[in-house]
Amino acid sequence: MSGRVLVGVKRVIDYAVKIRVKPDNTGVVTDGVKHSMNPFCEIAVEEAVKLKEKKLIKEVVAVSCGPQQSQETIRTALAMGADRGIHVDVSGKDYENLGPLQVSKILAALAKQEDAQLILLGKQAIDDDCNQTGQMTAALLDWPQGTFASEVSLEGDKINLVREIDGGLEHIKINTPAVITADLRLNTPRYATLPNIMDSLMNNETELHKPNHRTSLCVGLIPLFETVAPEDMQGGTDRSGAMLRHTVLQSGKPKRIILSCLCI
Amino acid sequence: AALGRKNWKEDETSRRTRLREGVPSATAASHGLTDEQKEFQKVAFDFAANEMAPHMAEWDQKEIFPVETMRKAAQLGFGGIYVQPDVGGSGLSRLDTSIIFEALSTGCVSTTAYISIHNMCAWMIDSYGNKEQREKFCPDLCSMEKFASYCLTEPGSGSDAASLLTSAQRKGDHYILNGSKAFISGGGDTDVYVVMCRTGGKGPKGISFGKKEKKVGWNSQPTRAVIFEDCAVPVANRLGEEGQGFNIAMKGLNGGRINIASCSLGAAHASVQLARDHLLVRKQFGETLSNNQFLQFKLAEMATKLVASRLLIREAAQALQEDRPDAVAICSMAKLFATDECFNICNQALQMHGGYGYLKDYAVQQFVRDIRVHQILEGTNEVMRMIISRNLLSES
Repeated sequence: MSGRVLVGVKRVIDYAVKIRVKPDNTGVVTDGVKHSMNPFCEIAVEEAVKLKEKKLIKEVVAVSCGPQQSQETIRTALAMGADRGIHVDVSGKDYENLGPLQVSKILAALAKQEDAQLILLGKQAIDDDCNQTGQMTAALLDWPQGTFASEVSLEGDKINLVREIDGGLEHIKINTPAVITADLRLNTPRYATLPNIMDSLMNNETELHKPNHRTSLCVGLIPLFETVAPEDMQGGTDRSGAMLRHTVLQSGKPKRIILSCLCI
Repeated sequence: AALGRKNWKEDETSRRTRLREGVPSATAASHGLTDEQKEFQKVAFDFAANEMAPHMAEWDQKEIFPVETMRKAAQLGFGGIYVQPDVGGSGLSRLDTSIIFEALSTGCVSTTAYISIHNMCAWMIDSYGNKEQREKFCPDLCSMEKFASYCLTEPGSGSDAASLLTSAQRKGDHYILNGSKAFISGGGDTDVYVVMCRTGGKGPKGISFGKKEKKVGWNSQPTRAVIFEDCAVPVANRLGEEGQGFNIAMKGLNGGRINIASCSLGAAHASVQLARDHLLVRKQFGETLSNNQFLQFKLAEMATKLVASRLLIREAAQALQEDRPDAVAICSMAKLFATDECFNICNQALQMHGGYGYLKDYAVQQFVRDIRVHQILEGTNEVMRMIISRNLLSES
């Protein structure tokens, strides 16, 4: 066992920022907007560093796919305790089209190249909320997956995992190598310390990779037609549940039911 | 960063001071910084928002000295920011330090101000202590295993610091200290006291403390008189040579002035954000306050003075770091200008909140109360004017 863990970290718009849609509706404003590491990726990095501190694994490698600025995200991972970084350089049109399928192909290829024992990812990114990369990566590698993990413990060459699912908590045991995606309650990420920040900036521990045709990014493009902000909330009418169904059936037209609010 | 700590939901207190930024405005504190400085600033802002801001009201009202939180800060390297790494410090520059204190101050001014005083003491021992003294005191101070207080002011000598009376009479391998110090931050709750005393000239059982003072602000740190009665201090604990003390004390204060000014800056920055958010939300006369031209102009003036203060402080930090000839004067200018202007900014922000600004439920009043004292301590703003005018009018 190489004892090496790959942790995927994504650069996203900071969660505290007020998101604005671009005037031409082609996306959201990202220029000059504060970005940081995806919070669930932070939790994944923390878990990897904790495993290393418990001496259950030997090396933590942080990976990020994106343009030049992704190196900041890798630096944050290094300042939290990761040993090395890999920046897969994706920019321009390729970056706009970068989605879970492409990233999972890259991660699968890197996992083989680095002889990784474990891949730790956040359960989803807070910008696209896809919740697909972990699952796809596991499928491409034909590895077991432990998603929405709220507890992870290594036992020899197996992993005990507690998953947060709709019905409650699920306990599973999977073989290594495996893919784990981190859920909110897995841990509380540490702050980077000043000495670690200085170290991470001085030692250039980040390799640059350019994706080649094997990890082709052209496959599986999902065309984006339009990005709009949700409409302003209209006043609702107060009905009890049973009455609501009766009313809908009666009138024959589906009433608009507000199911979720996007925080924008 | 730091989402996991709050379960996605920000409680009322942290939302009050959470700095929401879309496209960075002119007042963003990160303009012109290096990548490394931006990383330091990020950690400090995160720490302030998560570990300090939710508690600042409680620390103020219950007068709690937040030892555990400060030790957490020390673990990140904030205990001896400009102390050399060989004795446990972070070895950063004065400018890095200013940036860090400015950010921490948005979480709690009083606690950050104490941390800056602690840092000043650690630096004095680091810079002027011999090998034994540095190794004995600095590591514990940098980790905040031990806390420090800076004892210069006396009941009879504040601005006229050189007239201090606390005496130290040499007896063998000890000095016997007699006298009392007033308004000592942390006094009674700290472990290491850096005491300025007089060896040439006039001179029970050692060291005792006056009652804990009740203050308008700075309530998360205890303030007491420190009383010396025949207090024996080993000669080995003397920093530098006899006669060098006043010089060392003043050198410590140059950095201390930048630090205190930086704390004022953080408070003003937070207050401008709070005022801005309030103007966008509060409606009167059928529209939000942000549509009122007078308030728009007032906000613009506040933002301008904030950025001006920040630039002067950072320039002074650079000057001190490089040991420029104008360092003393410019540190005094920065302290004078920033503490005055930032108090006005916080005060104006309170005014913009209307009646709500006066309630302790809202953070803005605590920023006003906490930074009011910055115009008085570490050298009153009147003494700052003395130093600056001396720089202009002296013949040499």
